[in-house]
Amino acid sequence: MAIDRAEAARIASLARLSIPEDELDRVAAQLSQVLGFVERLSALDLAGLEPTAFAPAGGPLRPDEPDPRTLPPGTATEGAPEAEDGYFLVPPVLEALEP
Amino acid sequence: MTAGEAWRLPAREIARRVRAGSLAPEAAAEAGFAGPAARWERDVHALLAAEPAAWRAAARAARRDGPLSGVPVVVKDNLCTVDQPTTCGSRILEGWRSPYDATVVRRLREAGAVVVGKGNMDEFAMGSSTEFSAFGPTRNPHDLSRVPGGSSGGPAAAVAYGLVPVALGSDTGGSVRQPAAFCGVYGLKPTYGRLSRWGLVAFGSSLDQVGIFARHVGDLAEVFATLAGPDPYDASARPGRAPDVSGWHDGVRGLRFGWPENLWREGVEPALVAALARAAEALERAGAVRVPLEFLPGDVAVAAYYLLATAEASSNLARFDGVRYGLRKASGELSELYARTRGEGFGPEVRRRILLGTYALSAGYHDQYYERAQRARSRIVAEHRAAFGRCDLLLLPAVPTLPFRLGEKTDDPLAMYLSDVFTLGANLAGIPGLTVPMGLASGGLPVSVQLLGPADAEPRLLRAARALELDGDPAGRPADEEREPAWPGGVAR
Repeated sequence: MAIDRAEAARIASLARLSIPEDELDRVAAQLSQVLGFVERLSALDLAGLEPTAFAPAGGPLRPDEPDPRTLPPGTATEGAPEAEDGYFLVPPVLEALEP
Repeated sequence: MTAGEAWRLPAREIARRVRAGSLAPEAAAEAGFAGPAARWERDVHALLAAEPAAWRAAARAARRDGPLSGVPVVVKDNLCTVDQPTTCGSRILEGWRSPYDATVVRRLREAGAVVVGKGNMDEFAMGSSTEFSAFGPTRNPHDLSRVPGGSSGGPAAAVAYGLVPVALGSDTGGSVRQPAAFCGVYGLKPTYGRLSRWGLVAFGSSLDQVGIFARHVGDLAEVFATLAGPDPYDASARPGRAPDVSGWHDGVRGLRFGWPENLWREGVEPALVAALARAAEALERAGAVRVPLEFLPGDVAVAAYYLLATAEASSNLARFDGVRYGLRKASGELSELYARTRGEGFGPEVRRRILLGTYALSAGYHDQYYERAQRARSRIVAEHRAAFGRCDLLLLPAVPTLPFRLGEKTDDPLAMYLSDVFTLGANLAGIPGLTVPMGLASGGLPVSVQLLGPADAEPRLLRAARALELDGDPAGRPADEEREPAWPGGVAR
């Protein structure tokens, strides 16, 4: 499967990852190389095989009780680039709404 | 031996002396920095952080009666620590400090160990040479022109040059076992889920496992016993009691080891093939039995692995978006803020893998790539199960080559991926693997072998590693005495 420049740009936009224009050709070529390599999986006989899953049986749960190690909001937001009153700050995502 | 020489000691001996009151934890940690690190760290660059105020305070606070009392430890920089930064080798987390300790870090501290520093790594554990660290590569202490392996190259090198007797890494496709092989130390990847991953920054969640580096098999066993066991904070932790590894020195009489010679008939460095032959003969001398068998070629595992690991990474790394941690490239528009932060914050290999994983999971391609890789993985799991029906463990190479030169593979992702050909099968199958150093090749570079076992076979792997450790002792010293490991050339002995 060959990836071209436009497809590389489409994938980058899906991944919310800006790739400089002058790197797109190289990125596309490297992705194509790896996808060419993984093509060998098509030659494998996988009849009757289910996808692997390692989840422990029964889904371990702990008691539904307040946990003393839960971080308070002020601590959880301490490492954020912008935070206020225990909230993460982001640019506005909605136009000004009427009150 | 003076306190300043404590860096030569095995971890268990340091802890014994601290418990006996003849060695202070501060002195044990100081010995590594004043001795080997003073000589090596500037050239090797094993550490991303080693804040003296932090490790001195940790040493003063360490309990004096624990199984690892006073043992200095380096942990890979993707394991969260409250007292030193956690960057995962990435600009996107530069300067970030975790508000909590990873469970394995907490258990180290509870056992009396002292976390002295954070080990360098390929960014977000993606790489096989530590060259993809955003903060500069680590170099192999056995030859500074060569890589230490990766992604846990920093912790492996720190153990190899003598800063610490043990270190923690993480192993998603070989990131503990491959650098252990390149640096000439032991590297254990336990069974999937056996060590808690709470506080390990996630890369490929169905593959990630915390692993242990050491210069002595007994130290591996001690650290494994300290860390292993369920954790209510890690729902993927393996339920039930951890296997008892206290019999690590009990020998291998009657143990059957698989010998899948088809794997190294071509494409493996002759010095490593010779190491396999030596290991097999040593195990036979110790009473183990060789079982020849055939195994699925490794390139199938490489193909399945790089689809699954990148798909999982593309999902796990979505959290680094300029909102919750570290770096932010401001923009008035949210999706542009995400894209710019991630584009500038992530290095080339992380970007490549996120793109590959995003593609493999995207509409129209999910069945062709991700689903197919998960089914191929089931075939690999079945292969291993069938092999372990015929033998107790497998003996195979850890790596196909000796340590390569810096810059040799950074622009050829596929060549880099293929250096994991012998290690990533264990991650796909969820089984334990152990790299055993087998001395130095004629050029002075480390050679090694790898042992694989079925789930929960850690005790068996350690017994086999111990048999090889004893056999490799040129002085033929008795079993209860520790041989000093092969230090990189130039370390004052």
